[in-house]
Amino acid sequence: MGLIEMTTNFIHQQASHCESGVMSAIVRHYGLPCSEPMAFGLASALAFAYLPFIRIYSLPLVSYRMPPRAIIRGLQKPLGFKMRAETFRRPEDGARRLDELLDAGKVVGLQVSVFWLPFMPKDFRFHFNAHNLLAYGRECGRECGCECGCDASGDYLLSDPVMEEPVRCAPADLTKARFARGMLAPKGLLYYPASAPREPDWGQVLPAAIKKTVRVMLHTPLPLIGVKGIGWVARAFQRLPVATDPQASKLYMGHLVRMQEEIGTGGGGFRFMYAAFLEEAAQLTHRPAFAELAEELTGIGDYWREFALAAARMIRDRDPLDAGRLAELLRAQAVREKAFFTALGKAARS
Amino acid sequence: MNVEEVPQEGNITLEGHRKGVYARDAEGHLGLVASRGWEAEEIVTRQAVEMFDALTATARERVYAGQGSPLEYHMYRARMDIPLLAQASGVWQWRVRRHLRPEVFRKLPLALRARYAKALGLTPAQLDEPDGLD
Repeated sequence: MGLIEMTTNFIHQQASHCESGVMSAIVRHYGLPCSEPMAFGLASALAFAYLPFIRIYSLPLVSYRMPPRAIIRGLQKPLGFKMRAETFRRPEDGARRLDELLDAGKVVGLQVSVFWLPFMPKDFRFHFNAHNLLAYGRECGRECGCECGCDASGDYLLSDPVMEEPVRCAPADLTKARFARGMLAPKGLLYYPASAPREPDWGQVLPAAIKKTVRVMLHTPLPLIGVKGIGWVARAFQRLPVATDPQASKLYMGHLVRMQEEIGTGGGGFRFMYAAFLEEAAQLTHRPAFAELAEELTGIGDYWREFALAAARMIRDRDPLDAGRLAELLRAQAVREKAFFTALGKAARS
Repeated sequence: MNVEEVPQEGNITLEGHRKGVYARDAEGHLGLVASRGWEAEEIVTRQAVEMFDALTATARERVYAGQGSPLEYHMYRARMDIPLLAQASGVWQWRVRRHLRPEVFRKLPLALRARYAKALGLTPAQLDEPDGLD
């Protein structure tokens, strides 16, 4: 297939999370219908992790999902295809390889830093290195000498799944974003499928993926991961220096809410997205139990939103600053999620 | 969350963009809905942005008062802190901390300046100017 054909063939579709959005778009592009929640759930990407020894702006790492690249790796086995990933030591090599792949008509996933992307709203541009987007073409630069009416810019045509429309980005900016340094440095990571995904036996892969998520949430030997991790965050909230340093306490609370709502989780720290996945799973496996659990998880997501609103109101001094109350809300969430994932495990086994 | 509950509050941090959230439609199915933003998100995002804006403003005053180096100003302006700048430039944290002192910064060799400038997305000349480029 030629370049033009491929680029016009690519269909941008907005998603709520970058990695699941990119991977579902790749799978769709190579012929298998796949929604974002399906990519997310099938890769068992839902989780909870509280890692106080990893600091971001001197605040602890809290995540509502599995670490970056989990979805890229996790879809290979259930969908029976291989992804190829390449990183580069030198930015020039990375840029050249991307051009090569695009010219060959590939759709290429890229890991980038949000900070250096000019098309992002300014308030979102923090140094988060594990953002993902797709490159599906490029305009040739002036020097290429081809016949396509070259007052073209050399811009890359990108599909950033969290944006409503496809975007473009100048080569220098994209290279800077791909080779940002620091924690989770992308090192120019690009990835593309080496073979086409196949329709799996849903009755087998879906329960397996769900069981894995249940295992992570309930039975990880570390207390910081899964349902127990929520309890640890609650304890950390309880210990916040609310009286002596309200500003620092508020930053801590705001940080948690950002991780849960703001960074493209589809709301409720990915819980709504996972519920959408369970709904699809119920249909594909003809197990109505999953649909009932989807309903329940939507309710849990609503409680997460309530927690976010309560914290935000305290940050803006609309409610008195009361970390104890937020800790209570978190503990209640831990209890709810424990019951939910126990039930989900049962439903997946039966 | 039901579709009609999806916040459309015109969050300023989104700059007119819409983001996708999952919500339940009238038939009870979950799907992606475009949201113009939610108050809670706006509050926490602005909180983080304002923290850096405040640090940047203080750093600028410190430069003019002769107490801080322009590097400090540019670091906060690029929404970095010392560990981040150290990682981005490949200079050890204790050295970065030292370079934030004005008398040390003044004598900084060109090569180091270039390294900081590159990490911050500036030209070496801009590194000396404690003024916004916005």
